[in-house]
Amino acid sequence: MTSRHSRISPPPARGWQRLKALAAGLMLSASAQAAVPATDEVNTTGLAVTDDAVQVGILHSVTGTMAISEAGSVQAEILAIEQINAMGGVLGRQIEYVQEDGASDWPTFAERSRKLLRQDNVAAVFGCWTSASRKAVLPIFEQYNGMLYYPTFYEGLEQSPNVIYTGQEATQQILAGLDWVAREKGAETFYLLGSDYIWPRTSNKIARKHIEDVLGLEVVGEDYFPLGHTQFNSAINRIRLKKPDVIYAIIVGGSNVAFYRQLEAAGIDLTEDDVTLLTISVTEDEILGIGGDNIEGAYAAMKYFQSLDNANNQAFVDAFKARWGEDSVIGDVTQAAYLGPWLWKAAVEKAGSFDVDRVREASIGLELDTAPEGYVRVHENHHLWSRTRIGRAGADGQYQVVHETAELMEPDPFPEGYQ
Amino acid sequence: MFDYSMSELTAIFAMQGFAGLILFSVFLLMALGLAIIFGQMGVINMAHGEFMILGAYVTYLTSNLFAEYAPGLFDGYFFVAIVLAFLASALLGMLVEWSMIRFLYQRPLDTLLATWGLSLVLQQAYRSIFGAREVGVVIPDWLTGSYPVTDIVELPVSGIFVMVLAVGVTLAVALLMFRSRWGCQVRAVVQNRPMAGAVGINTARVDRLTFALGCGIAGIAGSAFTMIGSTGPSSGQLYIVDTFLVVVFGGAASLLGTVASAFGISQAQSTLEFFLGGSMAKVLTLMVVVLILMVRPQGLFALKVRR
Repeated sequence: MTSRHSRISPPPARGWQRLKALAAGLMLSASAQAAVPATDEVNTTGLAVTDDAVQVGILHSVTGTMAISEAGSVQAEILAIEQINAMGGVLGRQIEYVQEDGASDWPTFAERSRKLLRQDNVAAVFGCWTSASRKAVLPIFEQYNGMLYYPTFYEGLEQSPNVIYTGQEATQQILAGLDWVAREKGAETFYLLGSDYIWPRTSNKIARKHIEDVLGLEVVGEDYFPLGHTQFNSAINRIRLKKPDVIYAIIVGGSNVAFYRQLEAAGIDLTEDDVTLLTISVTEDEILGIGGDNIEGAYAAMKYFQSLDNANNQAFVDAFKARWGEDSVIGDVTQAAYLGPWLWKAAVEKAGSFDVDRVREASIGLELDTAPEGYVRVHENHHLWSRTRIGRAGADGQYQVVHETAELMEPDPFPEGYQ
Repeated sequence: MFDYSMSELTAIFAMQGFAGLILFSVFLLMALGLAIIFGQMGVINMAHGEFMILGAYVTYLTSNLFAEYAPGLFDGYFFVAIVLAFLASALLGMLVEWSMIRFLYQRPLDTLLATWGLSLVLQQAYRSIFGAREVGVVIPDWLTGSYPVTDIVELPVSGIFVMVLAVGVTLAVALLMFRSRWGCQVRAVVQNRPMAGAVGINTARVDRLTFALGCGIAGIAGSAFTMIGSTGPSSGQLYIVDTFLVVVFGGAASLLGTVASAFGISQAQSTLEFFLGGSMAKVLTLMVVVLILMVRPQGLFALKVRR
C-alpha cells in the first residue's frame, strides 16, 4: 500500500503536449545540452534527479473532510509545475511529481511524507493545509532534511528550517485588517468569534492584544464554537445584546455556511453600515458553499483575492481556468500554493543545485515579481513579505479590494507583546 | 447589561426563546429517523448523516432543475425537493436494508461497523459525483430573511419553516405508528418478533419499510437543513453526534422520549450558549446528559419490552 495515488505525472490527455515538448527539446538539444549542468554537480545528496528530470512531491488530502479545502492547492501546484516544465523546467530538467493523499488524517500525512522523502527521494514537497497536518510531518522533514512549501495562512509560532511558509502568518493578516477597520469605519467595539482550535484562538489572542493595547479600543465579547457547529442563533442574540461595531469572525469549514446563513436570516444585514463584519477565514472558495447572497457586504483581510487587478494575476486566473475549468474559483491559499513551485524553482536556479541545504540558503531574500499577488520576498524567518488587502464580498462570490497596505507586511511568526 | 431598556431586553429574551425552539425543531427532525431505526429495529445506523446529505443533494439538484427549466415556479421548488428527498433517501434505505442490514440483525456491533463503512462509501461517492467542495443551495427568497414581529424582535423565516416541518413530520410519524395498521405491525414486531411472525405479520417486509421510513425522514431533514447548514460530502458528520445524543438520551424505542430529549437538550444548550458561549455550552450539556444517563441508563422514557 505504498502508491495508491503515486505518479500521476502528466495526465494522458496531454500526451501530445509532451510530444511537442519532446520535439522542441530535440531541436534545442544541441545548444541546451551544454547549458544543463551535470547531475552529480547539482545533486550531491542522492535526490531523485536524473539528467532530464527531477522529482517533487505533492502531499494534500484528496479524500476525507479536508479534500474540500485542499483541492484548489493541488490544482495550483500542478498548474505551476506544468508551466515551469513548458518553460524548460528547472536547471534543464523537467519536473515530475509524485502525488500522495494525506486523506485528512494526520498520521497518514506523516507516513506519506516519510515515503516521499525516503523512498522517492523527492527534491521538495508542496503540501499540507491544516496546521495539524503540518505539525505531523514537521519532525519527518527535519529528520530527513526535506523541504516543504506550506501554502495556508496560519497562526504563526513556528519557524522550521525545513519549511517555506508561502501563506501569511497571523499578524500579517490581522493587524492590517484591524487598523483599517478602526481607521476607516471608526470602530470602537469588537466582538471576536471563532471555531474552537488553535488557529482562531491564537489569532483572536493577537487581535485582542492589538485592539486593547495598541488601538486602545474595546473587545465586548469573545466566543468559540466546536468545529462543525451549525446552530448560531444564540450566539447571534448575544451579539445583538452587545451591539459591537465590528464582528470579527474566524469560523471555519461547514460552520461558516450555517453562521452566515443564520446571520442573514436573523436580519443582520452586512451590506448596511451599522455593523461591520471582518473575517480572515473566508476565501472565495468558502463563499461557493456559503452563497454570495448570504455573505454580501462582509469584509475579509487577506493577501490575495481573485479579482486583483494586475497583469500577473490576469495571466494566472486565465491559465487556471484554461487548465481546470471556466467555473474555477481561486482563493488566497490556492494562490499561495501556486507560489510554492515557483519559489522552489527560483531558489534552485539561484543555488545552481537541488541540494536542500543550498536551496534553503538561496531561498532567503529571494524575490518573485511574477506572483499573482504582486511582488513577494522571502524573509529570513522563511515566511513571505507580502501586502495585506481588505476585500468586500459581493453577491457574485468575488471580493472587491477596498484597501491595500502601502508597504509589504513583515512576517513576524513570534510577535513580541502579542503572546 | 444595565444600559439596555426593558423592551430591548424583553425582545432579546423573546428571540432567545425562539432560538431554543428552532434548535429543538432541528434536533427533533434529525433524530426522528434515527429513533425509528434504532428504536424499532435495534440497528445503529452510523450512516444516518449521509442519508440526510442525500436529501440535501437532491434539494440542490431540484433547485438547479427548477432554475433551469421552470424559473417561474422556483419559489415553490422546496416543497417538491422535500418530497423527492424523502423518496430518494427511502429508496436508498430500502436497497441498503435488502443488500446489507437484513443479514446483520441480532448483531448490533456488526451493523455499527457495516453502516459506518457505508457512511464512508457514501461520502466518497458524493465527493466523486458532486465534487469535494460544498455546494451552495439557492434558497427561494421567501424562505430567507426574517419576519419582523415588532421593531426589534425579528424571527428568521427559515427557522419558522423548520419548526412547522418538524412538527408536521412528528405528527405524521405518530399517526402512522399509533393509528395505522402498518404501525400496529411495527409495534408488534418490536415487542415480540417471533410471535408477530407467528400471527402472520411479514416481519421482513415490516423491517424493510421501517428502515426505509427512517432513512426517508433523514432525507427530509437533510433537505430542510440546506437552509441553515452546509451541503458537502461530509456535512452529515456534523449532525451525527447530536443525533445519537438525542436518541440515546430519550430512550430507544420511544417517540415521546425522542421529543422530550430533543426539547431538553436544545433548551439547555441554547440557554447555556447565550450565557457561556458555544464551546462551554456543549461541554456542560454533554456532562448533564452523561450524569442523567448514569442514573437512568435506559434513557428518559423506556419501553417495557419482553426480551
